[in-house]
Amino acid sequence: MTLLGSSPPRPDGAAKVGGTLRFGDDLPKEGLWYGATLRSPNPHARIRGLRWNPERAPKGAVCIIADDLPGPNGVQLLDDEWPVLAEGIVRHVGEPVAVVAAATMLAARQALGAIEVDYEPLEPTLDLSAAANQESLYTLELRSGQVEQELERAHLLVEGTYHTGYQEHIYIECQVMSAWWEADDKLVVEGSMQCPYFVHRSLIHVFGLPAERSVVKATPMGGGFGGKEDFPSVIALHAALLAKACDHPVRIAYDRHEDIIGTTKRHPSVVTHRAGVDAEGRLQAMEIEVVLDGGAYRTLSPVVLSRAVLHAAGPYRCPNVHIRGRVLRTHTPPNGAFRGFGAPQVQFAMERQMDRIGRCLGLDPLEIRLRNVLEEGDKLPTGQVMDESCSARLCLEKAARETDFQERWQHLEAKRRAPIDGESMQGVGLSLYFHGAGFTGNGERVLQSVVEAALLEDGRIEVRTAAVEMGQGCDTVLPMMAAEASGLRPEDVVLAPPDTSRVPDSGPSVASRTSMVVGSEVAHVVTEIRDRILDWWSNSQESGAAHTVEDGVVRRGNGESWPFRELARRYCETEDPLVVSRQHEPPEWQVFDEETYQGVAYPTYAFGADVVEVVVDPDTLEVRPRKVTAVCEVGRVLHERLCVGQVEGGTLQALGWGLMEEVKLEAGHYLNDRLATYIIPTIKDSPEMEVHLLERPWKGGAFGAKGVGELPMDGGAPAAVSAVENATGIEIDTIPATPERLLALTSAHRQVPSGPQDPKRGRRPGG
Amino acid sequence: MKFELVVNGNPVLIEGNPMDRLLDALRDKLDLMGTKEGCGEGECGACTVLMNGEPVLSCLLPLIQCEAAEIETVEGVATGEASAFLERFVSDGGVQCGACTPGIIVTAWALLRDNPHPTRQEVQAALAGNLCRCTGYEGIHRALGRGAADE
Ligand code: FES
Ligand code: FES
Repeated sequence: MTLLGSSPPRPDGAAKVGGTLRFGDDLPKEGLWYGATLRSPNPHARIRGLRWNPERAPKGAVCIIADDLPGPNGVQLLDDEWPVLAEGIVRHVGEPVAVVAAATMLAARQALGAIEVDYEPLEPTLDLSAAANQESLYTLELRSGQVEQELERAHLLVEGTYHTGYQEHIYIECQVMSAWWEADDKLVVEGSMQCPYFVHRSLIHVFGLPAERSVVKATPMGGGFGGKEDFPSVIALHAALLAKACDHPVRIAYDRHEDIIGTTKRHPSVVTHRAGVDAEGRLQAMEIEVVLDGGAYRTLSPVVLSRAVLHAAGPYRCPNVHIRGRVLRTHTPPNGAFRGFGAPQVQFAMERQMDRIGRCLGLDPLEIRLRNVLEEGDKLPTGQVMDESCSARLCLEKAARETDFQERWQHLEAKRRAPIDGESMQGVGLSLYFHGAGFTGNGERVLQSVVEAALLEDGRIEVRTAAVEMGQGCDTVLPMMAAEASGLRPEDVVLAPPDTSRVPDSGPSVASRTSMVVGSEVAHVVTEIRDRILDWWSNSQESGAAHTVEDGVVRRGNGESWPFRELARRYCETEDPLVVSRQHEPPEWQVFDEETYQGVAYPTYAFGADVVEVVVDPDTLEVRPRKVTAVCEVGRVLHERLCVGQVEGGTLQALGWGLMEEVKLEAGHYLNDRLATYIIPTIKDSPEMEVHLLERPWKGGAFGAKGVGELPMDGGAPAAVSAVENATGIEIDTIPATPERLLALTSAHRQVPSGPQDPKRGRRPGG
Repeated sequence: MKFELVVNGNPVLIEGNPMDRLLDALRDKLDLMGTKEGCGEGECGACTVLMNGEPVLSCLLPLIQCEAAEIETVEGVATGEASAFLERFVSDGGVQCGACTPGIIVTAWALLRDNPHPTRQEVQAALAGNLCRCTGYEGIHRALGRGAADE
């Protein structure tokens, strides 16, 4: 079969370009009431009094505060520490304190004015330096070899501290959720979410409902990127509480402003490296400290930190590694899931550190990486041995070859040293990165995700998973995988809508796991249904002869053939309903010790290398990325067009994060809480992109696919910043590398060293 | 007040206040849900429609300014002669989540009608006000780079 790797048009495409696809806020509005949220104006305060004055609100309006909750006041993620509504204390600006509902949006907003809150301000902890000596939200440690000893003995010690900032998701469709109660106290929630069963869990937790009396329906999403992994549970609870109180369906639709101030962001980070290398630049030992700003509540921070720690040493070989990770609590909005999940932050630091080591030794970015690149047989700090699907060198060499990287870099270095007046500055940068496929550690084992397939009366097979289409293309790829495995056609398979009353919990649509984990199970259950029908057919034919299935047609050796759907239809007429389900079992060799952080953290890894070319305006220091060459090894390309699209889109998000996107907070308040002031790349800011997909299939399933959703988020920022350094000579350890920041670094005389360092003096102080 | 407009070729009478946004009138009164709100303040382009053939931001446009105007939304564009372009837009990877897509389709189609073979720079200039967070814009360039005609 040649279906996989081809690019049939996505089935949701026509409705999207025609404007007929219904997103969460496009659903019918009859009888609908609207919800609005009262938010804390303080980063940290005690709530001394909270009063709802219905006589001052529009008639019929309802209000819910923490005291009104029917059960625990906690959003159920890893734990339930995140309050549904603030209780006694507010811990960040924008924290929901009360929610109201009324018959119109305007009335709901007016009703907010009928709530009085008396706050007693408390001392806030606003940034990581202030939080450093307080108790951490979560800590982790990973150790291999003899780090202190080897750092002592190393030829050269290179230190660096690297900072990354917030990033707001800016999915174009803001958060939206509707809720209503049906007869028999059944709760239905419908809206934009990546993880229907996460929302489901929170609803049963707070309302104390039996599982079947809470129904969660995911609409197609206008973008998620992780931002609809954790937060939808919060507004689903708000909408459900209000719907109960007012006895109407209630919709909460955030506008952009509210979405920016109210929802989670990418964790800012500070990563400190101390590396010892030998005279050839080979890594001997690394000590890495990862600190993430968790914001006010724990949310998913522990798993973000876990991925961060596991990716902190990059795709490099180093026998002695000690990594410590901490998430700190600040009185700022909670940070949560965002494409890449901690890996982009630590790999930004690692890549900057590799460039710095290279410069200390007079080696260009390619050479220093080639000397350290992870290869088959090498060990990660967890002790995991890289198998034959390790492709770091392949990616690195391909990216360098496609772009003449080394020559170009040297040329631009020379040009920088002898600048011609008035000419714009040009630079080229390189990054090498990897991304663990699927959930971290024992995540998949704990999850026990289940998929189901059922034969329909018309002879098609309905596949039931909780995977949600957010643009990534699961609705295209899952039927293709089923078809590839079974010999049926993609159109012989229909996907059930991701509705918890109709599909089992196949886990969340996160961690680049949908194709790899859900897809391989879908392939199995569809094939099993096919086999059951073929068996039945052979038996009823009394021939017992073997049948083959290709392109939806069943053939027998004697030349007879039948459309599969025809046989399936006949099966339905006489036999009992056919439903098969299957629970995902990770490979038994995937064993990870959560205590020691040793073992197989991910069954396989995808790899990538980016080369970014930039032009820098010598007067304004504005950076314009001109061209990106991205080489991504994804195991197996399932749908070429979609796969390339993931790389292109993820790469531009990474460039935005590295060069321009900046959330500015002052005293815990957002200064740029609108799209006019939080700037993401437009088509004018975006470079030409050339994507090369490579394949080193892994043996665990999914036709070798390793997942591609998050990988491209890891490489863009460090490569772009490295290019800016090549162009300007400014040593950059903090992103976003905005013109203001570049100017500040220039004023601080942060220039790259002009040549190799004397090892004795090369022991650079941290900075 | 009542406002007379032509929407997707049909004369319509909309009841509303002079300052009501065209965006809400289209969505709530005419059930044309293709036009999206991404920011409500003129920064994202998701709400773009054509007014007398020119792209405008319906989130910034009060009804009073639309009296007697010809409005074309994505639903109108899609049922016209754009069909080959739309198919290509999908197969070239111009659409992922689809939230920005209606605004981009409308703006792009206005460009292609005037200029069936735009350069990369012309595409950038025309779509500078339309944010897309998913595609990195490359798929959009691919689709527009192949021009308007059925080829
Ligand atoms: S909604 Fe009109 S420009 Fe964003
Ligand atoms: S396709 Fe999702 S924002 Fe453009």
